Amino acid sequence: MNIKKILPQLLTLLVVILIFGFFSYNAQVNMENRGITFGYGFLSQESSFDVQFSLIEYDGSHSYFRAYLVGLLNTILVSVIGIIFATIIGVVVGIARLSNNYLIKRTAAVYVEFFRNIPLLLQIFFWYFAALRALPLPQDTEPMFGVFFLTIKGFFVPAFVWNNLDIFIYSIIAAIISIIFVRIYARKKQQNEGIQTPVLSISIGLILILPILSFLFGGVDASVEIPVIKQLSQTGFTYEGGIKLPPELISLALALSLYTATFIAECVRAGVQGVSKGQKEAAASIGLTPNQVLKLVIMPQALRIIIPPTTNQYLNLTKNSSLAAAIAYPDLVLVFAGTALMQTGRAIEIVSITMLTYLSLSISISIFMNWYNKKIAIKEK
Amino acid sequence: MKILNFLQPDKNNFNTYLYSGVILISLSIFIVFLNSFFNRDLVSFLPGSISFFLPLILGFIGLHLIRIEYSGLRFLDLINKNINTNNFNAFLSLIIVFVVIKSLPPLLSWFILDANIAGDSKDVCTGSGACWTYIKIWFNRFMYGMYPNAEQWRINLSFIALAFLGTIGFFATEKFKKYLTLYYVVVYPVIAFFFIFFFISGGPIFFDFSYGIIAAVISIILGFFIPSKFKMYYFIIVPITLYILLKYVFFYEELIELGKLEALEWVETGAWGGLSLTFIVSFFCLIFCFPIGLFLSLGRRSDFPIIKYFSIGMIEFWRGVPLITVLFMSSVMFPMFLPEDMFIDKLVRVIIAISLFEAAYVAEVIRGGLQALPRGQYDAAKSLGMGYWKMHILVILPQALKLVIPGIANTFLALVKDTPLIFVVGLLEIVGMLNLAKTNPEWLGFAMEGYVFASVLFFIICYAMSKYSYNLEQKYKTER
Repeated sequence: MNIKKILPQLLTLLVVILIFGFFSYNAQVNMENRGITFGYGFLSQESSFDVQFSLIEYDGSHSYFRAYLVGLLNTILVSVIGIIFATIIGVVVGIARLSNNYLIKRTAAVYVEFFRNIPLLLQIFFWYFAALRALPLPQDTEPMFGVFFLTIKGFFVPAFVWNNLDIFIYSIIAAIISIIFVRIYARKKQQNEGIQTPVLSISIGLILILPILSFLFGGVDASVEIPVIKQLSQTGFTYEGGIKLPPELISLALALSLYTATFIAECVRAGVQGVSKGQKEAAASIGLTPNQVLKLVIMPQALRIIIPPTTNQYLNLTKNSSLAAAIAYPDLVLVFAGTALMQTGRAIEIVSITMLTYLSLSISISIFMNWYNKKIAIKEK
Repeated sequence: MKILNFLQPDKNNFNTYLYSGVILISLSIFIVFLNSFFNRDLVSFLPGSISFFLPLILGFIGLHLIRIEYSGLRFLDLINKNINTNNFNAFLSLIIVFVVIKSLPPLLSWFILDANIAGDSKDVCTGSGACWTYIKIWFNRFMYGMYPNAEQWRINLSFIALAFLGTIGFFATEKFKKYLTLYYVVVYPVIAFFFIFFFISGGPIFFDFSYGIIAAVISIILGFFIPSKFKMYYFIIVPITLYILLKYVFFYEELIELGKLEALEWVETGAWGGLSLTFIVSFFCLIFCFPIGLFLSLGRRSDFPIIKYFSIGMIEFWRGVPLITVLFMSSVMFPMFLPEDMFIDKLVRVIIAISLFEAAYVAEVIRGGLQALPRGQYDAAKSLGMGYWKMHILVILPQALKLVIPGIANTFLALVKDTPLIFVVGLLEIVGMLNLAKTNPEWLGFAMEGYVFASVLFFIICYAMSKYSYNLEQKYKTER
């Protein structure tokens, strides 16, 4: 072995160990001075703080671990909402940027340039402190379609009240599983006999029929609960019943999806433009219809370019949802790295748990992406 | 005269189609225009929903009538080709035109016509429009934060001097061109560092950090005189030794005293703020994150397993966590890791945190460029007998960096857009100042004006940066 190869590595290792040793030694001394012992036992202690908005039952008597779960679920909720809307807006705008209509192209370009050049935090503040504050009070709100109430105190939407919800969910799962089997069968049949099966219509049929059957024979029953206005005090009103989406959630989801959509739009545009014109012409010349060209030739190739950067954007959106702390939406950072940290003073433990949560999320997604990239990569001979 | 077939306009009866179409379109636009600018509804005699959709229907029919291919009229062909290719496009174009006409009056009146800028108190803002007086009164705070008014010339002077020194490259004569890289990589950051951390702060706050800078600069300058055979060992050992020597042997207390500029009032970093802080933070993070990112990307492609996995770990760690948690870490967790008597200023901690964070992104971008280079470049450089560093500096990096200009520019843009997050540690740059001003009891209710103002500022900065990077990309584009 060459000494020139070993020495730099040893030195790097030494420096890293020295830095870590220095840090951990100091941390130990500091914690001793403050009388704290390192450990994650505090997670099972009673948290004694309340959270404004929670998907699971939670109050001050629950443990810190439950508070962590509340924050995590809220983060996931806003990320999922944001991802759905960002994808829809992004795909529409991305396709609009490729339109041959000059006005549409310019409008989409202005949207993209505008929203991606303004810091996300500023956009969140804008929606939360300026735009949503201009909404009417609950008593003055005009209902949208008679059932939605967009007020300064939040967005009130009707809720479904279910009987035997589990059977309904099983029926949907059954539908999905059977669709997967139909697809596998269809692919085999096409490979062996060259006959196409109408997979799409069968799938739609399955996903409609099985839940309907569960309504008819499974005893599933759903009713809609519409929010009703209720007087709290002389001037205070609110809505009862239904689901309340707090303004923090709305402004966060709005800002996240509008901001991320600009990046997704660029990915979509790059993907569609990345498919060479010859592919389209070749497909048309062997007699495929325009629909078939899009479905069988353009989209599979475009998706190969679109999906990896788009997944990256989803990841960015999830990480950006931590800006929720700025407008007091109780996400993981606010609930756990904010309130819980203030109460316990366990900076190292709590910050490390928070970071590890995000880290494991993004590493698992990037492992999945690597696998996916390998799977869809063009197999050259 | 042939029969008029209104469903399929063609070149026969060309004028009839053209005139009736143009009249219908003008009528529809006129209706919307009157409605939105003068609040007159010409078609109010019709039932509600019909009068609402009438302009759309008229315009749609009009556009259908003028859709005649190869009409011979240049203007008409241009319209048909660009906004009127088929029914769906015509419909969308009409909607966009109408929305623009509809939204112009409210926007105009909010921004200009009903807005107020005169006076110096909230009382003048009585109109329904924006209150630019608010921005005018707070402008100083939005630019300089809590920095004392009498001392603000220091910030101005520093920025002007740095901007001037930064543009020197454009005026350099051929003779000095070859030293430009050295100037921008070593000299300029040091000047900037001293300007900002001594001139603007006027105090001894940054000293612990500046030992490192001094050590790095001295070792780089000395490094030019070291034979390349020993360079690797040199750059590993000397900077660290220099730092330790500087800190514990040469100047322990003396330099701290020396760092104080007696004539200037000391302004602590907590008082810095506004747009100038945005610039300071982005500037330093830009300077630091690029070399760190470069080394991480080289490390990730290194043959030495320890360095390789260390770089991978660093990159994946910083890329995997949100910036806000990194800032949390630098503000609440990092002080726990330092000896009790050691204190690093908040602003410096933030700059280090953001630099490391963005460096990971820069590293991935540069790695993309390194991977895109064909193997032949490496082989050719090696066959000429170049060593690792010579090969990278002379052959690989110039090509790879050229390839990744857009990616790096995007990362820098993201950095500028991330600076508002430093509110987490209590530093108030422009967005933080806006939130502070918004809660001032004398100026309640002007959040919108503030956010619009900041959005416009950020848009101008970021848009200019992205256009500049596009120009750079075009300038350095080489045919391959």
